[in-house]
Amino acid sequence: MALIMQNIDIRENGVAHLDDINLTFRRGGLYTVLGRTLAGKTTLLRTIAGLQQPQKGTLTLHGSDYLRLPVWKRRVAMVYQQFINYPHLNVLANVAFPLQRAGIPRAEAHQRAREVLGKVGLADFEKRRPGALSGGQQQRVALARALVKRAEILLLDEPLVNLDYKLREQLREEFQNIFEGQDDAILVYTTTDPAEAIQLGHKMIVMDEGGVIQQGEPLAVFNAPVTIRCAEIINDPPMNIFNGAIENGDIQLQGSVRLPLPAHMAQLPQGPYRFGLRAVDLQLGRMIGSRVELSEISGSQTILHLRGDIGSFILFEDGVYRHAIGDTVQVDLNSDRIFSFSADGNLIACPAATEADRR
Amino acid sequence: MATIELCDIAHTYEPDADNPTYALKALNLVWQDGGTYALLGPSGCGKTTMLNIISGLIQPTRGKILFDNVDFTRFSTPKRNIAQVFQFPVIYTLMSVEENLSFPLVCRKIPAAECTRRVNEVAELLNLKDKLKRPARKLAADEKQLISLGRGLVRQDVSALLMDEPLTVIDPQLKFEIRRKLKQINELYGLTMVYVTHDQNEAMTFADTIVVMNDGEVIQIGTPQELYNRPQTTYVGYFIGSPAMNFIKCTLAGNKLQTAGGSISVPSGVSIPADAQDLKIGIRPRHVRFTDSAGIWAIKGQVQLVQEFGNARVATVGIQEEKLRVKLNAGATVPTGDVWLALPEENLCVYADEMLVNRHR
Repeated sequence: MALIMQNIDIRENGVAHLDDINLTFRRGGLYTVLGRTLAGKTTLLRTIAGLQQPQKGTLTLHGSDYLRLPVWKRRVAMVYQQFINYPHLNVLANVAFPLQRAGIPRAEAHQRAREVLGKVGLADFEKRRPGALSGGQQQRVALARALVKRAEILLLDEPLVNLDYKLREQLREEFQNIFEGQDDAILVYTTTDPAEAIQLGHKMIVMDEGGVIQQGEPLAVFNAPVTIRCAEIINDPPMNIFNGAIENGDIQLQGSVRLPLPAHMAQLPQGPYRFGLRAVDLQLGRMIGSRVELSEISGSQTILHLRGDIGSFILFEDGVYRHAIGDTVQVDLNSDRIFSFSADGNLIACPAATEADRR
Repeated sequence: MATIELCDIAHTYEPDADNPTYALKALNLVWQDGGTYALLGPSGCGKTTMLNIISGLIQPTRGKILFDNVDFTRFSTPKRNIAQVFQFPVIYTLMSVEENLSFPLVCRKIPAAECTRRVNEVAELLNLKDKLKRPARKLAADEKQLISLGRGLVRQDVSALLMDEPLTVIDPQLKFEIRRKLKQINELYGLTMVYVTHDQNEAMTFADTIVVMNDGEVIQIGTPQELYNRPQTTYVGYFIGSPAMNFIKCTLAGNKLQTAGGSISVPSGVSIPADAQDLKIGIRPRHVRFTDSAGIWAIKGQVQLVQEFGNARVATVGIQEEKLRVKLNAGATVPTGDVWLALPEENLCVYADEMLVNRHR
């Protein structure tokens, strides 16, 4: 029993908003769709909801045609980036609204709404108007209204993007618990944040320029991105890419930096490659001199934007530190963690997943 | 440029009420000449009120403002010579980009040659050089905000540049570029900058000194490192850092702190008053380590959950009814079941009644 998209195309003025999409969504699964702005994530959700009609392809739910089913007959609920609620109704009425519209008696509608409000942590707020709630609470009201319908398909379009980072962190956590119980529904959740996609998803779908570039179990995708583009999208900050070559049994990077060839690349022929290294796999050390372009702090990490002979790159330091623009630092690269890509950006070799990852 | 001092400043928007609510409770603060500051706190905490008191848009109910030791409290906004950038772009829609940028200079009758020089310099810095002749209203939202910012920067003699969440409308990719520019400008001109935000990351990235506010009060003033390593209150420990600082309840028993997971020593230099209420230990998730055995810095717990974030993995460990997070490297092995957690002494903070018990050495 599943929602199946086959060869779905949506084009406008020669631009592919969805480009030959083939995806299967199963009940009880939470699918995170990861991609940058304009990758086609919202269009994908709108197509499932019936708000947009593809020019080509098929969409079936449990074997029957879903494309020709009118929007109002689809049992779909959607949560948007903006917190959309009825401003003139209190929280309880907001959540009960879709049920009452469907003809469910007021008492039952209210009872079901209260159950869901408890689940999203708003039990004490049912009398308030949405305008008197914080952003995080308003988004929880919208989520509650989506959940109360017990829809077959629940679509969430970057629901946390407009919240500040502390609230995002908190709601992400709550979402994980709330979604656990949704075994009868198909959940599709879009985001631009790799950590969010990996944390929440049972399966992760990476989109770019209207197409699906990779899908699979989130850590499996994270550990073996098929292209440089995918590696950039699934890492925040994007994976560092260095031009170089394998020569005389070493990795040779731009700026005459030599690194020992790691075991996972031992079999590769000599020649030019593009090498990828995550920001967490560089450390302050003593190998390569670099200049600080900017030092940023994100959560508990210091993100150093550096420029050196090997090019521009980014390094993650755990903890909070201060570096002034223009400071010189020495950097070590962890060669065991290097990914190698072909000149046209396809993955050739990646570091072995650790024992714990395979679990 | 000037050192700005707030002396016993307080403000209420309902001065005639019997029992007025203070948007800003009594505080003393010094903004050093040339410093970069962030005012950080949730909406409604009083940060914008404070900014408007500095710029003179609001007269404080109480207290004095000194600019280089001179009382400016009753001085109007223009006399204070402050540049202020707001959350949303403010531009003169009928003027070109160039006219927008030179307007503050023209108003002050700066000679034309000097005007051109400064406008070009600022346009160069903000990547607006090839757009100078264009009508300002034709630019995208983020470029309009650059104009607002540029108008603050052309006057290099301003006492301070005040910015109220200036990057709200800016695209994430461009935010990086602008933050870099602001830092450069600060270093280049030695301009005092005060930056208001509710975003911890923005504050920590931008400022050398952060003023954390909540509910009209200043809770902590410090460098990003100080806020991270030694949060003065449990609120700051929660608000700064991701995941938040862990807090575990404890009681004092001799020179031991008794938690639900066993007892640890009191960190050296920490003297806890005998009558201290509501004791907690605080430790950052990154600083907790799994260890093989008991020890004077270890407590016992049970691994409940492991979450994947790609670049890191976070284990949630139950300490009886309480929970503690451990942040590990990607791919790190997480033990299962009953575990010992090492809490390194140098990273431990002790809180009494939500306030840090300071260390003395």
